[in-house]
Amino acid sequence: MDWTPISLTIKLASITTLVLLVIAVPLGKWLAYTKSRFKPILETLVSMPLVLPPTVLGFYLLLAFSPDSQLGQILEQWFGLRLAFSFPGLVIASVIYSLPFMVHPIQSGLTSLPPSLLDASMIMGKSYLTTLFKVELPNIKPSLLTGIVLSFAHTVGEFGVVLMIGGSIPDRTRVASIAIYDEVEALNYGSAHQYSLILLTLSFLVLLVVYLVNGGYLKRFWQ
Amino acid sequence: MIDIQISKLLDGPYGAMQLQIDQQIEHGHMVTLYGKSGAGKTSLLRVLSGLMTPESGSIKVNNEVWFDSKKSLNEKPGKRSIGMVFQSFALFPNMTVRENLLYGLRPGTSKGLVDELIGVVELNSLIDRKPATLSGGQQQRVALARALVARPKILLLDEPLSALDQVMRSKLQDYILDVHRRFELTTFLVSHDVGEIFKLSDLVIHLEDGKVKSTKTPNDFFSYRHLSGKFQFIGEVIELVAEDVIFVVTVLIDNHLVKIIADSTTAANLAVGDRVLVASKAFNPIIKKI
Repeated sequence: MDWTPISLTIKLASITTLVLLVIAVPLGKWLAYTKSRFKPILETLVSMPLVLPPTVLGFYLLLAFSPDSQLGQILEQWFGLRLAFSFPGLVIASVIYSLPFMVHPIQSGLTSLPPSLLDASMIMGKSYLTTLFKVELPNIKPSLLTGIVLSFAHTVGEFGVVLMIGGSIPDRTRVASIAIYDEVEALNYGSAHQYSLILLTLSFLVLLVVYLVNGGYLKRFWQ
Repeated sequence: MIDIQISKLLDGPYGAMQLQIDQQIEHGHMVTLYGKSGAGKTSLLRVLSGLMTPESGSIKVNNEVWFDSKKSLNEKPGKRSIGMVFQSFALFPNMTVRENLLYGLRPGTSKGLVDELIGVVELNSLIDRKPATLSGGQQQRVALARALVARPKILLLDEPLSALDQVMRSKLQDYILDVHRRFELTTFLVSHDVGEIFKLSDLVIHLEDGKVKSTKTPNDFFSYRHLSGKFQFIGEVIELVAEDVIFVVTVLIDNHLVKIIADSTTAANLAVGDRVLVASKAFNPIIKKI
């Protein structure tokens, strides 16, 4: 069996999750506290991937990344990047596609913290960053874990976006979900079975970890 | 001397309201802010602490200017030498008792102060516990100690004892009085509890609709001069029962239920939940040690 689709899937999901974490913490914090008039618009944009067919998102990204488009030309001329049908292109598409799965838990976690915690930290003379890292984030660990795991699992389960933007180039963009589709098309049911079983197990384990940790079932092992 | 002259438009529960305060407070006083909810008590504490910025005016504390709208000067909350105890405690759930106190320690200050404060509020045996495992009274003692870690000049207490039962309240009042004197603080206390106000404060500022209605000592503020009775308590009406031509009013005074006879005109003015003064004149109470 060719393991590269599996390793490519895990690599894509890991990088996507990391990038999302960096983006979603400030974004979630802004959404949690802002009183701006633009909040509903930004919330809508963040949530769009939940309802949009993945192929629509993939189609627009494909157009944007194509060397014929303005963005594609700028990227290619200035940075030497060609995003369509490449791994970096997949990462960007996946980040957009899984954005709500990371932003929503962080936003709702921060919203549920009592405002007096922040007030207390401010009175103690702590900066916004110190308050974020010492008070806010440590107190929304379950939300962070939910966001990380859901984003990871959602990226593993991607199909439509990846197919549109990445195609099925072996060793570069042919992730496990695409590989399964290809194997079935070629009537290689054996390989399709293997890939499917691995993804099934992976998804089950990843979600099990969330429920075990957030449900407090593992506490007795580390306390 | 603390000189507060501020004006701030508030979005209160009963519509917009102008918080307008012009008040001088002697250093070292324990001042109670008294008034109905929505009168601006908590807002005044937030303005003092810098969590809320007034539209105009100034706040000066011992010749230090904390806020001056004319000079566009507004010190950050962290620079104001203030400690605050919140109604909801606001302890950081992810930190132990000791870590909660250490978090508030200013850079360059000795950790000995943390240990001293833990001693003052008698929490030595609980320093490694997380707030969630403590009782309400214990959490409030942590909050009190934590508010003092930065050695503030002013302590703000926003209904700090309202979530506690009577026995715990009384103990915590002793702690508050102790730290107020020990650290030579000027303390602002938001409270509705008459007993608490008598026990703790030197001055009562009565706020109504964002304005100071009166500033008096607790004695003057709560004295009911039209009665000559020397034996008087404040309680809450629990029950009103008509019996023939009279009424029996059950009043809760502290933890004690007392039944009092009232005529129908008096009873007509009373409702369950009213705060009442129970007084008696011309009899000799007996005092006996138990």
